[in-house]
Amino acid sequence: MLYINCPHCGMRSQNEFSYGGDASVIRPELNKEVSDQEWDNFVYNRKSLRGKHLELWQHISGCRQWIKVERDTATHEIFRTFKADEEVA
Amino acid sequence: MTQAFRIENGGLINRDKKLSFKFNGKTYLGYEGDTLASALLANGVHLVGRSFKYHRPRGFFGAGVDEPYAVVQLYRNGETEPNIKATEQELFEGLEAKSVNCWPSVNFDIGAINNFLKIFLPAGFYYKTFMWPKSFWYRIYEPFIRKAAGLGVASTKHDKERYEHKYEYCDLLIAGSGPSGLAGAYAAAKNGAKVILAEDKPRFGGSLLTSDVNIGNQSGKDWAEGIIAELKTMPNVVVKNRSQIFGYYDHNMLVMSEKVSDHLPSTKKYHPNKRLWYIRAKEVLISSGSIERPIVFGNNDTPGVMLSSAAKEYLKVYGVLVGRKPLVFTNNDSGYETAIEFKKHGVDPVVLDSRKNPESEIIDEAKNLGINIKNSYVVVAAQGYKKVKSADIASISEDKKQLGKIENIQCDCICVSGFWTPTVHLASQSGNKTKFKEEIDAFVPGQSKQNEITLGAANGVFSLEETLKTSFTAGSELSKKITENDNKVAIPNVVEKKSSQHDKFWCVPLPKGKNYKRFLDFQNDVAVSDVEIALREGYRSIEHVKRYTTLGMATDQGKTSNLNGLQLVSEIENKVVPAVGHTTFRPPYTPVSIGAIVGREVGKHSKPTRKSPMHSWHEKNNAVFVDAGVWLRPRYYKRGNENLFEASKREAKNVRTNVGVCDVTTLGKIDLKGPDAAELLNRVYTNAWLKLPVGKARYGVMLREDGIVMDDGTTTRISENHYHMTTTTAQAANVLSHLEYYLQLVWPELNVNVVSTTEQWAGAAIAGPKSRYLLQKLFPNSDVSNEGLPFMGYMEGDLFGVKARIFRISFSGELAYEVNVESDYGNFMWEKIMEVGEEFKIQPYGTEALSTLRIEMGHVAGSELDGRTIPFDNALEGLVSKKKDFIGKRSLQRSAFIAEDRQRIVGVVPLDKQTSIPEGSHLVKDDKAPLPNPKLGHISASCWSVEYDNPFSLAILKDGKNMIGQKLFAMSPLKNKVIPVEIVSSHYVDPKGERVRS
Repeated sequence: MLYINCPHCGMRSQNEFSYGGDASVIRPELNKEVSDQEWDNFVYNRKSLRGKHLELWQHISGCRQWIKVERDTATHEIFRTFKADEEVA
Repeated sequence: MTQAFRIENGGLINRDKKLSFKFNGKTYLGYEGDTLASALLANGVHLVGRSFKYHRPRGFFGAGVDEPYAVVQLYRNGETEPNIKATEQELFEGLEAKSVNCWPSVNFDIGAINNFLKIFLPAGFYYKTFMWPKSFWYRIYEPFIRKAAGLGVASTKHDKERYEHKYEYCDLLIAGSGPSGLAGAYAAAKNGAKVILAEDKPRFGGSLLTSDVNIGNQSGKDWAEGIIAELKTMPNVVVKNRSQIFGYYDHNMLVMSEKVSDHLPSTKKYHPNKRLWYIRAKEVLISSGSIERPIVFGNNDTPGVMLSSAAKEYLKVYGVLVGRKPLVFTNNDSGYETAIEFKKHGVDPVVLDSRKNPESEIIDEAKNLGINIKNSYVVVAAQGYKKVKSADIASISEDKKQLGKIENIQCDCICVSGFWTPTVHLASQSGNKTKFKEEIDAFVPGQSKQNEITLGAANGVFSLEETLKTSFTAGSELSKKITENDNKVAIPNVVEKKSSQHDKFWCVPLPKGKNYKRFLDFQNDVAVSDVEIALREGYRSIEHVKRYTTLGMATDQGKTSNLNGLQLVSEIENKVVPAVGHTTFRPPYTPVSIGAIVGREVGKHSKPTRKSPMHSWHEKNNAVFVDAGVWLRPRYYKRGNENLFEASKREAKNVRTNVGVCDVTTLGKIDLKGPDAAELLNRVYTNAWLKLPVGKARYGVMLREDGIVMDDGTTTRISENHYHMTTTTAQAANVLSHLEYYLQLVWPELNVNVVSTTEQWAGAAIAGPKSRYLLQKLFPNSDVSNEGLPFMGYMEGDLFGVKARIFRISFSGELAYEVNVESDYGNFMWEKIMEVGEEFKIQPYGTEALSTLRIEMGHVAGSELDGRTIPFDNALEGLVSKKKDFIGKRSLQRSAFIAEDRQRIVGVVPLDKQTSIPEGSHLVKDDKAPLPNPKLGHISASCWSVEYDNPFSLAILKDGKNMIGQKLFAMSPLKNKVIPVEIVSSHYVDPKGERVRS
């Protein structure tokens, strides 16, 4: 079971969180013309990569904040975690 | 009844307490502190079972977790449990056990004919033989093989025992209480670290219980007892015996199974049977020790052949002689330790050492005691069927290929030692890549992967002095990092006898003309010849060899067989062992009860049960409940002998003619507050929300980004910046997360707060043509007329002194209201509604009637919003704004979503107006068409229309818009039904929606 450092609450076990997918996906702005390809990329296409991955988790059984987690998908190592509005450098 | 093989004194058992137990129906005596295995051996019982494949007689091979043979069926307190190792099961008064895998009895086993057919049962036999004819597998071969093989029978009864889960955090977790574990725990505890020390056996001390060493002027055993006694007094230390750490998972999470009650005749009141610990440790010290490995020779599975360390343990811990004429066969000094113990107890062993000229203190001691030692000698084969009677022995050449003249010597047990295999399982599970250590011919942990360190014998270090030194130091250093204390602990002096180098020899060659079975894996009956066949047939990868031969795949997971298997493959393939590699070590290290893994989450506790505040009223009024997600909801209220169908019809009819009341507390409720709440709603819902006035409700549909309907419900504007959203019961949690996602990540500029208020409000839906009369009486001070509270209107009211929210919304399609009060007043509200409603012939209605009412109105619910439909499919396209953007809008332009013949909701009526259509039935054009019959749609929901008194269903049908009036067939192969049907509008009752506005 992963041990995730919630930037709001501290170290918490994985069973307090729910997974939210790739954090690098950016929703196209509202009321903007979007091509089929762009929209497909936003809704469906994911890299499913092996290695370092920036992903979203929600601390549903804690502060209910969505956070970003930098995790290795192969080893499960967690490098850093960020608040929703924090810049990922 | 006499314990003929028990020595007079000695051992750690409690001789003051005799225990009687039964094995295979016969009664024996043992002592408190015995295992089932030691007690049977004390009584001279060596035959405990039959082997898996050949049904050869089976005895005891080890004295603990590594045991491959002595698996029994246990009977305790009216329950039975299979797959119990007799070497681990502690004796208690009245214990009963039986042999497994034998019929009719362990002494006469019909399956043993396999033993004489073994030439026909080599590796892969089942794969090759039972392939043909194919139809025979399920009917004949598989049941037969299942009956013939097996390690006991699982109980089919409900398990009355209770199992607990516990979560724990610590600075240092120590797996194993041998010298290394004790030293590490002691040093860390003295530094103030929070320590958990786990030992799988009942007694702490590991190898110190049986080895002849001194630590700081005490025997190893006394030193261990002193350390444990002191650790137990320290508040920062938890010591646990009978507790096996069986898995090392991500981020230093380890799981431990504590046997709380297995050593007792029955579980104590309020105690669990087992407790599963989830332990998050900052640092882990793996001190799991090592397991002796056998040397392979002919008939090496005969009862009486066992590990030399086990023989020593039976003697030193349990005071039991495993034989009176022991033969010790060794390639290292450990065998001599066992021989010396025998000699000390007046038994004369013979030692066969494969080495030519070994010299060490231990060997000197053995010589001084006058023990008969034969160097460059090996056991060629054990003789005897149900018990060792003698051994064929021979000298062996220096290259270990040539045997000398075979002699036969009498013996009643063969204690074998092929050196030691470090228990690297936990380290390997942590992600640590093991490396091969030439000096000990075994794998040891490599570079630490997580915060773990492996010390002592588990790390391939067999010197006690070095083990204590490194472990005390590690305990100090690891704890210093955490607690920043630096209390030095003096490392005690050690007196131990130095050992000489072991011999790499592991397998005795077959003598000319002999064809003895030489077993590698004792539990799965895998012999040297089986691995040879696998390699001859082209299996190369060790993982493939394992699966083809089943080597190491039994419940002991090859603890005593894996390395010898690798040695054999490496010899045949002419590779070094590390090049062959080893199979993966996966948790659990040893079998864990399913009950322990499941814990308390059984039966109704497998999920939470949520009840509305009116639950007790429903119970008192004969409600029959149904699971709605985690909620319990009244399905119908039973009157007299009514069944579900009759009751729900009565309740629905009463709503259509008089008035009914339904508990709608379970609906999800979300409070939205803030200046941008309307903007958020406008983006989340498909329809327009910016102009909703205060005091008005609106129905909305929300989509996922892929255009699929996520949920529907009404949202009411309570005040300027305050909205009350309702969701379906099932989607409440998801919708809240969905809103939080957009507010926190996508549109953080929106100033809105959202919070779940599902538990805060109790809800009652009052529906039916007489509902307004009832409402007027409930709220005499409010104007609830059609003008005062129009359709989709909202007001606050005073319900006999209780503040209430009144919504004029309708799911049933009738004139209807929903009244909410704070949860604590829910029951009060309900009772008032029933009391006042009596004159209007009010009846409560359950979910079944609720479904009937919504289905015949064509209102969609979860069975239509099933994660596969878009607004058009549900005839909700009128709610999709063309002017504004919203979540998922762009996806609605997908070609499939705008196709001319897009699926759509329709009504379905059977032509005979009698036959109910099973939900899930497929709609097809031609019921006689060849399979696969093209499916045009499916029945999503069915009811008995109370309005028309005939069956009515909703369906999602391809090109549904143009199918009204068509005749199709509803087919349900599950229910074996073919029903001719007509397609009608989904709005079966009141298609213009006049009633809700009346």
